[in-house]
Amino acid sequence: MEPTVFAQQLINGISLGSLYGLIAIGYTMVYGILRLINFAHGDVMMMGCFFAFYGIMMFSLPWWASFIIALVLTGLLGVLIDRGAYRPVRNAPRISALITAIGVSFLLENAGLVVFGGRQKAFYRPEIFSEVHTIGGVRFLELLIWVPIITLLILAVILFIIYKTKVGRAMRCISHDMETTRLMGVDVNRVIAITFAVGSVAAAAGGIMWAMRYPQINPLMGIIPGLKAFVAAVLGGIGNVAGAMIGGLLLGLAEILLVAIRPDLSGYRDAIAFAILILILIFRPTGLMGEKLPE
Amino acid sequence: MEEHHRRNQILTVIAVGIGLLFLYGAQEYATSYQIRILNNCALFVILAASYNLINGVTGQFSLEPNAFVAIGAYTSALLTLTPAEKQLSFIIEPIMWPLGVLHAPFFISLLAAGVVTAFVGFLMGFPVFRVRGDYLAIVTLGFGEVVRVVANNTQTITNGPLGLKGIAPHTNLWWSWGIAIITVFFIARLVRSSFGRAMKAVKYDETAAEAVGINAFWHKMLAFTTSAFFEGVGGGILAHLITTISPTLFTFFLTFNLLIMIVVGGLGSTTGACIAAIIVTFGGEYLRFVEEPINFWFIHIPAIPGMRMVIFSIILILMMIFARNGIMGTKEFSWNWVLNKIKPVKIFLRKKP
Repeated sequence: MEPTVFAQQLINGISLGSLYGLIAIGYTMVYGILRLINFAHGDVMMMGCFFAFYGIMMFSLPWWASFIIALVLTGLLGVLIDRGAYRPVRNAPRISALITAIGVSFLLENAGLVVFGGRQKAFYRPEIFSEVHTIGGVRFLELLIWVPIITLLILAVILFIIYKTKVGRAMRCISHDMETTRLMGVDVNRVIAITFAVGSVAAAAGGIMWAMRYPQINPLMGIIPGLKAFVAAVLGGIGNVAGAMIGGLLLGLAEILLVAIRPDLSGYRDAIAFAILILILIFRPTGLMGEKLPE
Repeated sequence: MEEHHRRNQILTVIAVGIGLLFLYGAQEYATSYQIRILNNCALFVILAASYNLINGVTGQFSLEPNAFVAIGAYTSALLTLTPAEKQLSFIIEPIMWPLGVLHAPFFISLLAAGVVTAFVGFLMGFPVFRVRGDYLAIVTLGFGEVVRVVANNTQTITNGPLGLKGIAPHTNLWWSWGIAIITVFFIARLVRSSFGRAMKAVKYDETAAEAVGINAFWHKMLAFTTSAFFEGVGGGILAHLITTISPTLFTFFLTFNLLIMIVVGGLGSTTGACIAAIIVTFGGEYLRFVEEPINFWFIHIPAIPGMRMVIFSIILILMMIFARNGIMGTKEFSWNWVLNKIKPVKIFLRKKP
């Protein structure tokens, strides 16, 4: 492969990987605390895109205002899902919670189809991100530079919340032992709600950047990125936020580079993530950075 | 041993006989729409009963039936299509060598579908049963996606996104219900055998089961492979019912439908899964009215396509919150139960004169 092509693919891979990582953060935080795979997480990301879309198209807000409102609404949606669907099954067998999560995922997708319609919608990409740069024969969109930067900022904020604030300490406690944490006088449900909010906001940020990158959205857009982000979370070691980001980057790079090296395999792109997942679970079930064993 | 074993066997035979008479009547007098729904019921009875074996009875929550149904459907369709038909539909790339000339009657193709799917399930069991719980769900879900992606890309075997067309409509009520009855009997027998009891032990406490000498891994494999076999056969029935198959048919959506059925029936109850398969299939047809325009006096609601799935998702969530045991819980339908319910009525009637 020529160096310019390689550099080009590297940029693509890093930006795609950052998006996987951002979505994976939500999975890994919820799993770390509740041991629940939030199947609906990819669909929460989709909802974030639609909030932003309608903010711009229906209410003619400036793009930045619309994006901020979308982040807030998606965070609230995450809290609502936790309150309405997950909290009632918190003490039920784990399988019930998992089935509920699948139900929520389908509800969001199908309600999306009913309310937004199934057609692809063109997503608005602000001019400042639309410029195309050429450096040494490598052409790329301005957005692709911003994606990793914004991602790192969000990651830093989330790591700050988890390791430097009181709520974050409560989150870490709950992931070790929910009952004892409750006995210590921590409002467990509130902390879990905050976890859902933070994870959903990260997903919405990832989703909006995803929508700007491939400027089309539809109600089923969250399924595949959601699944791959989960693989990224497992790859990085589930429950580990920094690991999720690294897992996302590795997955994004693996996908893009493999297709760049073997274009004839491009049809199998969506299968790569699962092949990786099966390999990790066989050879290193704790992921790259994880300490916890899967059950 | 069950009480009144002989009597119950006779009652079962009578019930099946009445069912067959009903099917004969349907075949003769029902409209093609009604026959189609009855065929769908049988198909979902096959799929739900076999899905329940691994998910409910053995307690290994997995999400791969769409993959197994796809493998079964493609296998049997490739066998019943004649070589000439296959040459006609494979327009982008010619079909792979042995598949192009193979041709088999419907029954053989169903068996082949079952065997091939069971073999794939067997191979797949080795990696996936290294993990449990949520991880198993995700890995099997991933496997379902992989099979779909592969079906989309192996142009010389599956004809890629174009799919297979013109499959002979072999499936009629006799085939579909015949195989449904065989499937349910086989699975019910398996669940009642010592293998089935071992599977249940694995579901409730794997460590304890291992401690009393049950090999958890091989019992999971047995349940998984059996379930794959019948899902493959169900795939063959499906292919010859709708006569056109393509990879888009076998998305997670299919698995979701089956999941609703086994949850409504009660995870772990074979008869519950069958009852729920019929209820959900009929319910789905009945609920069609919500997708049509509604005129109620002066209220006019326009047609809302897709509303049924919203309702199904809400039902699933509500079931998990309020009615986790479904219709049957982990119990099975039994004649003793029915007769015990009838007994007070009988005594009451006898006292009267």
